[in-house]
Amino acid sequence: MLIPVMLGVTFLVYFIISLTPGDAAAMILGNGATEESIKELREEMGFNDPTIVQYANYMKDLLTGDMGTSYSTGKSVAGEIGQRFPNTFKLTFSAIFIAILISIPIGVISATKQYSIFDNAGMIFALIGISMPSFWTGLMLIIAFSLNLGWFPSSGMDGIRSLILPAFTLAIASTASITRTTRSSMLEVVRQDYINTAKAKGVSKKDVIRKHALRNALIPAVTVIGLEFGILLGGAVLTETVFSWPGIGRLMVESIQRKDTPMVLGCVIVFAVAFSVVNLIVDILYAYIDPRIKANYN
Amino acid sequence: MSQKHENENIKGIMDIKKRSQWADIWHHFKKNKAAIVGMMLIVLFVCLALFAPLIGDYQDDALKMNIRERLQSPSADHWFGTDEFGRDIFIRIVYGTRISLFVGIISVSIALSIGGFLGSIAGYYGGKIDNAIMRVLDVILAIPAILLAITIVAALGASIINLMIAIGIANIPGFARVVRAAILSVKDQEYIEAAKAIGAKDHTIILKHVLPNSMAPIIVFSTLKVATAIMATASLSFIGLGVQPPTPEWGSMLAGGRAYIRDYMYIVLYPGLAIVLSVLSLNLIGDGLRDALDPKLK
Repeated sequence: MLIPVMLGVTFLVYFIISLTPGDAAAMILGNGATEESIKELREEMGFNDPTIVQYANYMKDLLTGDMGTSYSTGKSVAGEIGQRFPNTFKLTFSAIFIAILISIPIGVISATKQYSIFDNAGMIFALIGISMPSFWTGLMLIIAFSLNLGWFPSSGMDGIRSLILPAFTLAIASTASITRTTRSSMLEVVRQDYINTAKAKGVSKKDVIRKHALRNALIPAVTVIGLEFGILLGGAVLTETVFSWPGIGRLMVESIQRKDTPMVLGCVIVFAVAFSVVNLIVDILYAYIDPRIKANYN
Repeated sequence: MSQKHENENIKGIMDIKKRSQWADIWHHFKKNKAAIVGMMLIVLFVCLALFAPLIGDYQDDALKMNIRERLQSPSADHWFGTDEFGRDIFIRIVYGTRISLFVGIISVSIALSIGGFLGSIAGYYGGKIDNAIMRVLDVILAIPAILLAITIVAALGASIINLMIAIGIANIPGFARVVRAAILSVKDQEYIEAAKAIGAKDHTIILKHVLPNSMAPIIVFSTLKVATAIMATASLSFIGLGVQPPTPEWGSMLAGGRAYIRDYMYIVLYPGLAIVLSVLSLNLIGDGLRDALDPKLK
């Protein structure tokens, strides 16, 4: 399933990007170029071919790891993205790690103590959390922790201290929505008969929650974590811009401003592939969490 | 039990029965305090948008630069202070409300009409048509929505119209899925069969019988999506791909004020709060509607 979707995604993105107005050949050569040389380059680069032929050529190169060369720097797109990818990876994975670490316990406690003060406060924070745009949260965190308190640097990538603010910024919205999902699926599970059975058997309260309730409630939570990852990748574009974090998101924004089409195309494709791969991993994780799914395949 | 008491009881039961579906929803909705707060906030935002000219003149107060009054702190004259060009931040936020609500509603309408059309056909006819439509939409879903919107605006150029198109298109698959699911849940009901039996045409059945009865989840989803669209508008404008300065838009106000956060944090504080409050109130309404439409889920 992954391969046809990926083919579709690359085609869609290629098609959208090809709608960009303006003459790419003229752009590469810059202002001083003659009519003649622009024409020549256009022919050489295959810009006169129909979009579908250009796409086929692009895909042929892509399969060998070649994503073309940047219009503005002349460097290899794949090389540049390869250099930046680990930074985005570091940022998004720290964010999802923080989000899971905070949200699952809060979600579970909220559900087991429904309508308590803790639950209400948690849900209010979660609602505000999903309503805050990441770039604004980032600016507020910079004002508080970097400009006023001076605890963390406000931009750049220099050791673990510079990772903390962007990672938290990116994590807030996901923390909120994973908390909400964990809480509501826990609430659903604790009303099931098998929970009563376990309690009646004399299983301790802690074990009922951990072994019987949580494992079943985690299935929807894992789905949301997968979906959140897509939102995180989108959020990375903004967070990286706010914190001048040298990742693919910032590279993409800069490339759009410079009208560097091959670079933009490469960034979007890498994002889409990363998102699809994460969702594939989520599907595999299901089988581990829920033996019923594995049983279906055997 | 006295006769009178019994009569009252019967009357009570009759009242419940007499209430229409919408009155019933309102009855549940208004018990939800958070949702009512959200409703009041949105009414306030709509009033600000409608009566903006009474608060300040668009040309003179929201656009015209006034360098002598630049970077003033909040005061009686300028409630939220002035920005780097001496413009009143409060008045610019008020005019920004118009853009946010407008883009939010129009882009959701685009997504709802196209996604709704595709989803209805897929859900109603099923089989190969369903499969074909949903597989194509899966491809779009494989690209995180905000990234897709960024890509579309990058290709088409930054303007309010392109922004609405981009956010609209990015949301088509979500709406198609929700409408399809809603239709699947009612299409096998007896009254649909009855309509078919008396020879009603397919489009009459879909528009008059199926859709009105599957409205609930669609309304909830639309409300929540207007919130996401407002956030997306601000996000894209923040990275320079949406509404362009000097037009007052919350996200581009944040981008403009970023350079001054060290000494004038209110430049980024208030436009951000406007985003948070509008998104939060729509989320509260959406949650309230969901609970009101399906009390089981509570």
